[in-house]
This record gives sequence, structure tokens and C-alpha cells, in this order.
Amino acid sequence: MSATMPSPVRRGRLAAIAEWCDQRLGYSRFIKAHMTEYYAPKNFNFWYYFGSLALLVLVIQIVTGIFLTMNYKPSAEGAFASVEYIMRDVEWGWLIRYMHSTGASAFFVVVYLHMFRGLMYGSYKNPRELVWIFGMLIYLCLMAEAFFGYLLPWGNMSYWGAQVIVSLFGAIPGIGESLVEWIRGDYYISDITLNRFFALHVIALPLALIFLVVAHIFALHEVGSNNPDGVEIKKLKGPDGHPVDGIPFHPYYTVKDLVGVIVFLAFFSCVVFFAPEMGGYFLEHANFQPANPLQTPENIAPVWYFTPFYAILRAVPNKLLGVVLMGLAVISFAFLPWLDRSKVKSIRYRGWIFKTFLFAFAFSFIALGYLGLQHVTPAYTYAARFFTIVYFSFFILMPWYTKIDPTKPVPERVTYHAH
Amino acid sequence: MRIKNIALALVLGVSWCGASFAASSASGVLQPANNDVANTASLQRGARNFVNYCLGCHSARYVRYSRLAADLGLTEAQVIENLMFTGDSIHGTMQNVLPQEAAARWFGTTPPDLSLIARARGTDYVYTFLKSFYVDPKRPTGVNNLVLPGTSMPHVLWELQGFQEAVYDGESDPANDAVHKKFKGFELVQPGLLSPAEYDQFVRDTVNFLDYIAEPMQLERRSLGFRVLAFLLVFFLLAYALKKEYWKDVK
Repeated sequence: MSATMPSPVRRGRLAAIAEWCDQRLGYSRFIKAHMTEYYAPKNFNFWYYFGSLALLVLVIQIVTGIFLTMNYKPSAEGAFASVEYIMRDVEWGWLIRYMHSTGASAFFVVVYLHMFRGLMYGSYKNPRELVWIFGMLIYLCLMAEAFFGYLLPWGNMSYWGAQVIVSLFGAIPGIGESLVEWIRGDYYISDITLNRFFALHVIALPLALIFLVVAHIFALHEVGSNNPDGVEIKKLKGPDGHPVDGIPFHPYYTVKDLVGVIVFLAFFSCVVFFAPEMGGYFLEHANFQPANPLQTPENIAPVWYFTPFYAILRAVPNKLLGVVLMGLAVISFAFLPWLDRSKVKSIRYRGWIFKTFLFAFAFSFIALGYLGLQHVTPAYTYAARFFTIVYFSFFILMPWYTKIDPTKPVPERVTYHAH
Repeated sequence: MRIKNIALALVLGVSWCGASFAASSASGVLQPANNDVANTASLQRGARNFVNYCLGCHSARYVRYSRLAADLGLTEAQVIENLMFTGDSIHGTMQNVLPQEAAARWFGTTPPDLSLIARARGTDYVYTFLKSFYVDPKRPTGVNNLVLPGTSMPHVLWELQGFQEAVYDGESDPANDAVHKKFKGFELVQPGLLSPAEYDQFVRDTVNFLDYIAEPMQLERRSLGFRVLAFLLVFFLLAYALKKEYWKDVK
């Protein structure tokens, strides 16, 4: 060996083991494809934090859920007391439980903002239809997961909330009543219902959620991320074969998302440590009393993330029609890729008509959410009907207004100003 | 820029809705309890009041005596001496002595467990409830309650507060041949052992104790919260500097 040659770097034993594994597993190829050589547009703005935040909340829910399951008793006899046992006697049990209960609401906050981002920048449009569909399935699973989980503390609002929502299936003609019985496994919400909801909440839906999240990300990485300009960065590649407006997800977006994660955790901690009940909107007051089949709470309202749909249900005088409209309100999102006829994706290059409809839609969603929490009065019912019409006109009229909307020319490249 | 405006409008809209939710949920007739769970002396007095006046009929079945000792700055011996009359273990929970069937027979209902009453109803509700018993000969207990009309709970604290009557402003409505009564206030007709101010403090201490037992870790929760936020601030500064450093290359 000549003296001028640098001595070969001695590889550590750990690196050798890693390479041995990689030759048999190929994970470095996986990491390249999805992290270090996944090129994401460089012009992501504030709205692009919520995807990674949704993943963070999923992890929080799964980890805290595992620890809650260690002390929770899924029985009508013991459920309420076991939650109080977790709150009082289990080491750090209160923190784990508050993280889980706050995480449920945080999940919906993050997912609603994530969906709104998709609406603004046309992220559902060709070629990302399947990304959007998987996202909608995640949203459906999330609603089911939240609903099943809400029964588990066996508080009085858990009980009556489940009673009301399960009975909605009774509106289906013919099979309704037997379907409701089949779901409950009993003639009323009982220990049997609690046990099966527990099984669905801790095994079935988390599995489905994880599978769908993986599918959502794979589909996204196949077609590439959209961006606030709605420009396809893959159309313009540099001599190295990478998009000129793209940057590797790792390290650029991992370090950027880390900042987002910390800001999110600060808001999350404010709720967990200073307002875990969030004024009765994250943990409802009536749920601090055990389930009582003989005593209905004064105002049965679902948790805030379901209230827009609950308001639509109550706005319709006919129960079956109300249930159908409520279901349509949720699944209408899935048809967006085929309802939108606009040539441009992003709100930046759309005309005033789309902007007006989108703003009216977002406002009606929030207004319905508010109305769903209130006692029914004639004025509120008329308001809910009005906003229901606004809500659905966003979808039904979309093929028309996106066609005639005066759009602006889309630039060749994304708009980005280096900081 | 326009998107930023829309986002701002959404955020403002949401926070405005939040504010009006909060306003609509608080009932106008309730008086503020103004209790302070950090006040250990008040909690100790509240524990004494609770054991002497409430625990006979109501349980607090999730509350451990040993936890009370630790949180209220008492020794276990002091707790056994002053707060435990039912002969349980110091590690046991606050059970009442009244048999449930007997209670249901005497009162028509089982007195509810009070471990979580402050969270279920709110401290202002409990505070106002305990101050709103008034003489009503039509009730089997001789009293009624303005906050919970028709309550089966007797005025357990009559000896301390005395008895008060509800005073109404009569407003005649000749068109409907009726009189609309409007509650004006209470009038003490038989003074108790305590002055009204002392009675308020007695109720406040008791409510303070109920607030504490509803969520015994609440002080710990808040103090940990400040430390977590301080940590996140430091972490944020580091992460932000890291992001800046990496993104210098992005042109």
C-alpha cells in the first residue's frame, strides 16, 4: 500500500450490519424514493404543513391509545370508573388521556385544514384523483373511529350520542330497525355495543386507517405533489433529470415540517395543559356523569367536528331525506375531481366566481357547525336550510361555474422568492 | 395576498364562533364561585365541610384519602383523625355510609356521587345551588331550590345559613288575567350560625374542594404546561435556525 493513498475508512460494525440488511431488504432504495430523492415543489406555503401534522396526530393517537388500553375496561360496569382510574391513579394517566382526547379534535382540525388546502389549490384534479379518493376514505374512517371512540368513556353524552347516531340507520326503509339492532347487538346501547365498538376502535379502524394513509402517500409520491401555483413541476426538468422547481423532501421539508410540528405542539399543549375540556367542546360536560339510560342530557349535540352534518340532518323535516342528505354532504367531496371543469388548478389563477363559491362553501360549513351545536329554534332551522343549500350548490353547480369562470394564465414555473 | 385574507377571515370567524359558544353556554343566573384550587387552606376547610355535611349521603368514590393527604398538605395521621369517619383504609376512597336502597326510599332518588360534580355542572352552578335554597311549604323537605326546582335534596346547611325566602316582583297582566312573577332576590327570614359573608365563604371553600376532587391533578397540569411550552420555545428556535440554514441553498 503506497503512503500517498488515503487509508480506507474503517467501516463500523453497525454500518456493516445495515448494509447486510439493505442487500436483503432494499430499504435504502425505499428511503431514496420517498425521502431523499422524492422531489417536492419548493413553493409550499403555510397550508402544506397539515399533511405531515395529520400523520403526527395519527402517531400520537396510536401511541396514547396503546397506553390507555392497558388500563381501560371495556364494560358497561367498569368503563367509566376505569377512565377515572386512569385520570387519578395511573402514573401520567391524565396526560395520556388528555393527549388522546385533544388529539381526536386536533385530528379533525388538521384534516379539515388539509382538505381546504386541496380545495384551494385544486389538489384533487388530474392526475391526483386517487390521492384525493384515498384521502376521502381516510376521512370516512376517521369519522367512524371518532364515533366509536366517543362511546368508550361511557359517560352520559357518550351513551346518548351513540343512541342518536345509531338510530339514524333506522331511517332506512325496510331493513332500518333490524340494521340498528344488528349494529348495537342488543335492543338498546348496552355492554355488548360497548365491547364491539371497543374492538372496532382499537383494531379494525386503526388498521384500515394505517393502510389508507400508506396508500394515500404512495399515490401522492407516484404522481408528485401539487403546489400553491398548481404548476406540474415534472414538466420542466433540469439536466440532472430532476424537476428544476423541486427539492428533495429530505432534508428540506423534514426540517421545515419540524418547525411546523413544534408550533402545532405548542397549540396542542395549550389545550392539553390549560383547557383540556376546551369549554365543553372537546370534552362535553355531560360526559362527566356516567351513562344513564333513564336520564337524557339537556342538549344532545355531537362533538364539534360532526356538527356541520348534524345541522344538515336537522334542517330537513323528513328523517330519511335528512339522513340521505347528511351522507351526501360527506361523500360529495369524492366527486370533486369530475365536477371541476376548470383548466387551472390553483385559486391563484381562478376567477372571481370560483373564489366566491369556495368562500361561501367554507363559510356555510362553519355556520352549519355552529348551528349544529345550538338548540333548535325556527330561525336557526331556516338558517341551517339556507346554508345547506349553499353547501350543496358548491358541488352541484361546480361543472357550470368552473367552466365559465374567467381564469388567468398559469405561469411556466412556480412563484418562489428565496429568503 | 387574497388567500391570506380568506385564511384570516376563516380564523377570525372560527374564534368569533368560539366566543359566542362560550357566552351562550353560561347561564345568566349563576353567581361566580371565585374559588382558587391553589389555596390549600381553603381546600382543607372545604374537605372538613365536605366530610361533615356532604359525605353522610353523597360519596366521592374516586377520591382516595391518601391522595387528599398528599395534595392538601396534611399528614396521613391528620387525615385519619379529622376526615375519616367511616373506618376505611387510608388508601380507600370516600364512600358514604348511607345504604343506596334506603336513600332511594327516603329521598326518591339516590344522592349522586360528587367526585365529578364540579366538572359535570360547573363550579358556579354548585356554588349558586348551595346558596339558593328557599322556604317552600309545598315541598316535602320544606325547601325548594331556585337553581334546581323540585330538588329532593333537603337544605342540609340550614343550621349555618338559616332560612331564606324568595322575593318576587309581581307584574300584573290584566289582559291575560295573570300575574307574571319575576325573581328579585332572597330575604333571610331566620338567621343561621354564620353571617351571610361567612356562609358565602363556607360554600366557596366547599365548592373549591369539589373543584379539586373533580380533577386532582389540575395544578400539576398547569405547572407542567408552562415547562412544556418553555421547552418547545427553545426547540423552536433551534429547529427554525436549522431550517434557515438548509433553505439557504434553495434559490
